[in-house]
Formats: sequence, structure tokens, C-alpha cells
Amino acid sequence: MRFRTLQELEALSTSENVSIGRLMLREQSQESGRAPEEEFRKMADYWQVMKEAVRRGLTEDTTSRSGLTGRDAQRVMKRVECGESSLGDAAARTMAYALAVSEVNASMGRIIATPTAGSCGIIPGVFVSSQERFGWSDEEMTFGLFAAGAIGYVIANNSFVSGAEGGCQAEVGSAIGMAAGALTELRGGTPEQAVHAVGLALKNTLGLICDPVGGLVEIPCIVRNGFGAVTALAASDMALAGVRSVIPSDEVIQVMLEVGTKMPEKHRETAKGGLAATPTGRKIMENLYGKKRK
Amino acid sequence: MRFKDVFSIIGPSMVGPSSSHTAGAARMGRVARQLLGSQPVKAEIVFYGSFADTYRGHGTDLAIVGGILDMATDDLRIPDSLKLAEEAGIQVTIRTGTAVTSHPNTAKMTLWSDSRTVEVIGASIGGGNIEVLGVDGFDVKFIAMYPTVCVYHTDRPGMLAELTGVLSRAGINIGHMDVDRKQRNGEALTVIEADSSFPDEAVAEILGLKDVTDVRIVDLEGGESAT
Repeated sequence: MRFRTLQELEALSTSENVSIGRLMLREQSQESGRAPEEEFRKMADYWQVMKEAVRRGLTEDTTSRSGLTGRDAQRVMKRVECGESSLGDAAARTMAYALAVSEVNASMGRIIATPTAGSCGIIPGVFVSSQERFGWSDEEMTFGLFAAGAIGYVIANNSFVSGAEGGCQAEVGSAIGMAAGALTELRGGTPEQAVHAVGLALKNTLGLICDPVGGLVEIPCIVRNGFGAVTALAASDMALAGVRSVIPSDEVIQVMLEVGTKMPEKHRETAKGGLAATPTGRKIMENLYGKKRK
Repeated sequence: MRFKDVFSIIGPSMVGPSSSHTAGAARMGRVARQLLGSQPVKAEIVFYGSFADTYRGHGTDLAIVGGILDMATDDLRIPDSLKLAEEAGIQVTIRTGTAVTSHPNTAKMTLWSDSRTVEVIGASIGGGNIEVLGVDGFDVKFIAMYPTVCVYHTDRPGMLAELTGVLSRAGINIGHMDVDRKQRNGEALTVIEADSSFPDEAVAEILGLKDVTDVRIVDLEGGESAT
């Protein structure tokens, strides 16, 4: 890859007059030694998996193996369809779709890790609802995934994308940044605006801890995917309106690294702190595993 | 760069719920299966660390057995793998161990076929990525992202030159290699990760080298439905 930072990504994309998504496909083909068509096809297949996960989450039983979660996406959709959502139809659908994919994940259905399984609902939530709304082709959506991947590649290599390393900000936070930047490009924004969207989004999740109840990718992961998808829409809207991330997005990524590195171990996916260590969280864990954990 | 390409960010395609506890576990099971070279008749799995604490909730047991049945990370049969293994007549034992391991998500897998046994220790290091830490008591490391050849041989001068000579003639570029031996002039295992897959003729040629006792190929990408 010829870029290490979002600034370099933006500069390359601008100087070569190509979208971030198309640039990333070229770079990927260069890196893997495989033809661009082959790499595109793989991503296009992933896109179909994402759409199928949304459909399943909205229509099938998504009760998880632990029995703790399931069917919340369907509850939200019902409210959307009654016209009762305070968010409004578009954002509420995005939220429901994100919940749907996260619930499919929790119930051992098929998903694409974006960038992880814990944050797998955000990008499909934003992408599938936006495709329906704006009528974009599958080809455009696939390039959008390459754009999201380019942003994630920079975040992952300069900071982290796993909760065990950097807390939830690294998983859900990164996914929101990726979705926000890619959506900005899909909606006709410039590479500069897309990069601002990433910074705006990441600033909103800095410090978020990873505290899954019972160590499972369920509570609070699923609802955070729902909230995260809505935040991605908001960040993209701000960037397209001309709002700038005054602290450059690359510097915000460095803050995520700083905060994640300092984050106590109990708040990094160990299920020893945060929501997992509340009286109720502990009780759930005892019921699941039949023993107390120190 | 820790993350090398777009598909280490978008992907893998997988059955949930956890890239480390489910997808990584499935890949570890599949490595063990490929090292055995056939469907096992018996499998024993020992979970350590976080795997031992939470394997039930994450379906780590289902995923690792799915891998042992040669399923890719996104195979929808993974949730039914324990039942499928039973139907296939595979005797599966799952235990937890308390040994201190270098990585929290570690498992030891021992598989038996009628003619062979293999023991693999591996760790799931995040995002579905894994690291094999040992095979049959040899301390050899590889990540199973690339076509990998495992050559069992006797430790002697010139062995590696002959081995890499075969690969060189086949036009195969070596990305990483690791060698361990039980003792001087004793049994050894050489593991080579390559940039391209190993043609059958090259594998046969390696197996024909003097003092080579066995050759096994691990290639997870080759069989995955999503790629």
C-alpha cells in the first residue's frame, strides 16, 4: 500500500483524481498480486453476505446461544413501520439493520467481520439502508466497501481494531469511522470530506471501553452497533455540510491509540470490569458458566 | 504493517459470534485436520485461558470441531458440528486446562486417524487470525495465511538446502520458515510458508528426498468457499 495515513490516502486519491474506493482496489491488487477483477469479486461476494445478514436478522429467530439476546432488530423495525420512530424513518432503519446483523452474529449466523465480528453490524446497517434509500448499484456499494477498508487499514495499522487491545472505541469506533467516511464518498463527497467524516466520528467514541457481559459478543455490543450506525450517518452529514475535523483525523487516531494503551485490562474484553462486573452482569455470568470468576 | 491488505479489515466471512473465539478457532481446527491429512476417528481438544473460560458462550467448541470436519470459517454447518461429528463416528473430547500459556486464547488439539496421530497447539490472536505454536512437540510457528508445507525429516547437513532447492526449481517463493529438532541428528520438523501453492510434483519430490519421513500441506485459503 502506498499510504500509511489518512492524509496520504486523501492526497493520493486527490492527485490521481480517483475515489478512495477505486484507489484501494488498485492498491489491493498490487499488494496481493491478484487481478483487480478477482479482488472485486471477493468483495462483491462479501457485500451479498452482508445483505443476506440484514434480511435474516429482520425475519428469522436470532435468539443467541446464551439466550440473552435476539429479535431486537425486529422490535425496532415494527416501530419504524408504524411511523413512530423519533429518529425518523431513514436513521431508524439504519439502526434496525445494524442490530439485525449483530444479532445474526450473536446467534451464530454468517456475517463479515468489519473490522471485527463485534462491530459487524455498523457498515452493513449504513450501507444496506443507504442503498435502498438512494438506489445505488451493487457495484457502487462494493467500491464503498473498498473505501471503508482503506480507512480501516489506516486505523488498524496506526492504532488498533480489537477490543482486547484498545477497548470498544477500537472496534465499534473504528467501524463508525469507516462507515462515515465511505458513506461520505458514496454520497458524492470529496476525499477530503470523507477523511473529515472519519475524524468527526472517531472523536465521538474515544474512551469507549469493552466490557461484554459474560465475555459474550452480545451485551452491550449489539446495541452499540445500532447506536454506532446512526452516529456514522450523523458524522457523514456533518462532513458533507462542510463541518471539518479541526484536529486532523490522523491525530484523532493517535488519541485512540493513547487512550487504548492506557485503558485498564479490566476494560479490554476481559469481562472483569464495566457492565460485565455489575451485580447483574456477574449474576448472568454465574448462570452461564456456573462459577464465580475473580 | 500488522494488517497487510483490505481483506484483513473487511473480512473474514464467518459464522459468529466472535472473530477470535469462533472464526479463529475454526481455522485452528482446520489446520489440525489438514496436518492429519484425513478425517479423524478421534479428537481431543484442550482449551486454555479465555478459551477455557468462555468457550461455551462463543461456540468455540463448535467452531474448532467444525474446522476439524474441514469447514471454512463461514460454513453454516458450524453450529451443528458436534452433532455432525458424532454422526460421522468421530469420538470428540473437550476439556479445559489450567496451564499458563503465552496467549489468552490457546487450544491444544490431538487428532487420531487409523494410521496417524497429530498434536497441534495454536492461539487465536484476534480478527480471525491465528498462530500455530507447535506441532507434534516441535516448537514451530506459522500463521496459516499462506500455503504451508510441513516436512518431517532427520536432522542432517544439507537437508534444508535440498528442500529449498526443490521449491526453488518449482519457482516457489518462501515467505517465512521455521525449523525445530528434538535433538541433534534426531527428528526434525521444517515448516515453510510460501507465496503460492505447492504443486503435487514438488510435494512428491520433497517426500522422495533422503531422510524425509512425511510431508503435510496446510492451505486454508485454497478450500474456503468465500475466496
